This record gives sequence, C-alpha cells and structure tokens, in this order.
Amino acid sequence: MNEILQVKHLKKSYENNEPVLKDIDFSLQKGEVVVIVGPSGCGKSTFLRCLNLLEPIDEGSIILNGETIDRKDKNVHQHRQKIGMVFQSYELFPHLSIMKNILLAPVKVQKRNRKEAEKEAEVLLERVGLSDKKDAFPRQLSGGQKQRVAIVRALIMHPEVLLLDEITAALDPEMVREVLQVVLKLAEDGMTMAIVTHEMEFAKAVADRVIFMDQGVIVEENRTKNFFAYPQTERAKQFLNTFHYEALEI
Amino acid sequence: MQDLGIQVLFQGRNFIRLWEGLWVTLRIAVIAMGLSVLLGFLLGMLMTIQNRTVRCITRLYLETVRILPQLVLLFLVYFGAAKHLGLNISGEAAAIIVFTFWGTAEMGDLVRGALIATPKHQYESAGGLGMNRWQTYFYVIIPQTIRRLLPPAVNLLTRMIKTTSLVVLIGVVEVVKVGKQIIDASRYQTPTAALWIYGVIFIMYFIVCYPFSRLSLWLEKKYKN
Repeated sequence: MNEILQVKHLKKSYENNEPVLKDIDFSLQKGEVVVIVGPSGCGKSTFLRCLNLLEPIDEGSIILNGETIDRKDKNVHQHRQKIGMVFQSYELFPHLSIMKNILLAPVKVQKRNRKEAEKEAEVLLERVGLSDKKDAFPRQLSGGQKQRVAIVRALIMHPEVLLLDEITAALDPEMVREVLQVVLKLAEDGMTMAIVTHEMEFAKAVADRVIFMDQGVIVEENRTKNFFAYPQTERAKQFLNTFHYEALEI
Repeated sequence: MQDLGIQVLFQGRNFIRLWEGLWVTLRIAVIAMGLSVLLGFLLGMLMTIQNRTVRCITRLYLETVRILPQLVLLFLVYFGAAKHLGLNISGEAAAIIVFTFWGTAEMGDLVRGALIATPKHQYESAGGLGMNRWQTYFYVIIPQTIRRLLPPAVNLLTRMIKTTSLVVLIGVVEVVKVGKQIIDASRYQTPTAALWIYGVIFIMYFIVCYPFSRLSLWLEKKYKN
C-alpha cells in the first residue's frame, strides 16, 4: 500500500459545542481521488481544514508519508507546502498580479529560482487556459478564472496532496464547468486529491472512492460506482435522493 | 513706509530664520512620524494578538496617550527626565520622543483596524501556501493594509506638524519661537510686526500642510474602489 495521507481517530470540537468530527479514520493512496460528500454542517470542510493543519485537532493523528504531523510542529510550514489547498472563496492576493500571485510562495518560501518558477507558471497557466491573464490583477478576472489561478498557485508548490474545499460553491453555474474540467485533467494526470463538493455528477466523474459524512462521522465509504448505484446505508440513500427531482403530478 | 510691519521680515536674516525655524518643526514631525510608522506597525500587529495581557497593556497605553495632553507629556519627558532620572536630553530629542510616543499609539490603532479589516481567508491562503507568520504579514497582509492606511497616516502627519508648535514651551526654537523673537526685537520700531510675522507663519504652515492634506484626499479617492 502506498499511503500518502492517513488519519487515525481524529476528533475535533469547537469551544463548548457538540463535536464536529467524531473519531474519523481516513487514508489516501498515492494517485487516488477521494470525494467527500454530505449535508451542510456534517464536518467535511472542517475535516479538510484539519488535514491542512489550519484547525487544531483535539485527539487523533494525521500522518503524512509515515510521519505524524501537527499544527504545533516547528516545521508546520514545510508540511503545509506538501498539502496544497484551494478554498471556496477566491482568495487570491488582491494587490499582486496573477503571475506574482503564483510566484510568491515558490520564490519566497521555497527559495526557487524566479526564472525557472516563472517558466513553470507559464506552462501551468497555459494548461488552465489563462496564459493571456498573467499580468492582470485578480479584480479583472471572473470567479471561475480566479479559481483556476488558485489551483495553479497551489500546484506550483508541487504538493503531494491537493485538498479542494467546495471550490465551485461560490461560482455562477456556467463557470463551474471550466473549473471542474481543470480538476478532471489533474485527476487524469495522477494528482492525489481529497475533494469536498456538492456537484454529484462531477463526483461521479472524478472520484475513485466516495466518502459520505454526516454529523461528524463517516457513514459510508465505497467505490464511486457502487456508492451512487447501490448506497449501503439508509442515510446515504436519503442524501442522494435530495438531488433527484421528479415532476409532481397534479 | 515707516509703519509697514512687513519690512521687518526683510531686515537682516529674519526671513531665512523663519524658514530655518520651520525646518526644525518639520524635522521633529518627520522623524517622529517615521518612527511612529515603524513602531505603529509593530504595535498594531501586537494589538491583534488574542492574548488578554497583551491586549490590556496596549489598550492602557493607547488610552493614556489619548487622555494626556501632548503638552503634559512634553513637560513630563523634558523636565521629569531631568529632575528624576538625571537625564539631560535636549528639547528637540524630548519632542521627538513625545511625538513618537503619541504617533505610535495613533498609528498602532490605525494599523490594528486595517489588519482586522483584512479578510481572514487572506491569512489562511498564505498559511496554506506554507508561509510563516512573518512572511504572511510581510508579503501578503501589510502590502494590502498600506493602501488603506495611507490617507489616515498622512492626516496624522499634518496633525503632528501643527502640534509641534507646543515645543516652544520646552525651549526648542522652531518657527513660532523665531517669529516671537523677531517681533520682540522690533517691538519699539515696528509695533505692527506681530500681525505680519504671524501672518507669514500662518502661510508657511499652510504651504507645508496643504499639499499633505490634498495628498491624503487624493489617496482616499484613488483607493476607494
């Protein structure tokens, strides 16, 4: 087994509240794409944020390449470079051009050669169809374009795992596709990803495995085809049914 | 022509002396402002830390500076230091210390406001890219706050330039004091000199402060969107 990321008995609660995550076990193989679905407030976003060490955890461990990692580690910043993340809100840096947004971390954090990084950035921008925007500023881009840049900005760090947290949730419907197509291409190229999404058709297309979460626990975990065709639990069936519409007979 | 007070201005080096006095004023204000900007950024960053003790101390500092008149602070530093600590600092140094003390508090509060106004996800995405706290502040947060801070900072500078006239009272010879000397020296020959000299000083302050306040307005408009 070639496990990149492993989570054991993860527990997390916010102050004085019902726990958000109750005893989560999870693993991610190299090159695997796992999609996490579930109703709002089930803890899936919190889970991704824990993986990127943005949120402190109460119990359990997160293991990256066989090494237990923690928010309080001295080299937490190095861990984070290996785990790329793209968020729901377009969080490009508004004061920098697209190219500078992409180059900031590789040049200043990883101390890479600017020229070399710039070349790679150009290749990546080309791949997401935004070569002509490299000198533009974030405010001049549409939401879908910004999210594609955010993906490039995460990719140029050469992360071993990419976490995508509802990256199309704030987009207009016609922009969803252009972003998800980029993600599909990444999956094809063998990128290891954990994706939280509400786009079920996209989940079907991109995922190797689906995890269904509800109320802080993993309710069901299955191969993608099986999950959508034959959900094992009543809760998952109910959830999937909410995406079906049938005309009412009046 | 004997009674026209303006001629006093052109006797000897009077006019040049006034500009020299203004230079002292500006020097104090600009040095104090420079230090205030640097220290204010540190203070502002400190004020955003979620720590009760740090919060209490910075809050106390800010309120103290706001409650005490600058004149009291000047006397405290200039005479107090000499009397109780045996430190003999020059009036100008005392003035720079006091104005920095005041400016840092005001600037710190401005920086704090600007830092809090920066969306949380800006910090998170910088962190997500592996930046540490300093890199996040230096490359991502501070450049974004500067544009928001420029207009109020320029405004603070003009307030500081005007408030420096208080340093006369601790014996610093700046523009108002020079004016007073000129008036006193020509009191018998030209009794109307006071009006003219103060009028000129008024215009001199205006010449220095007006561009700054225009700049502040212009920056405010420019960064509005």
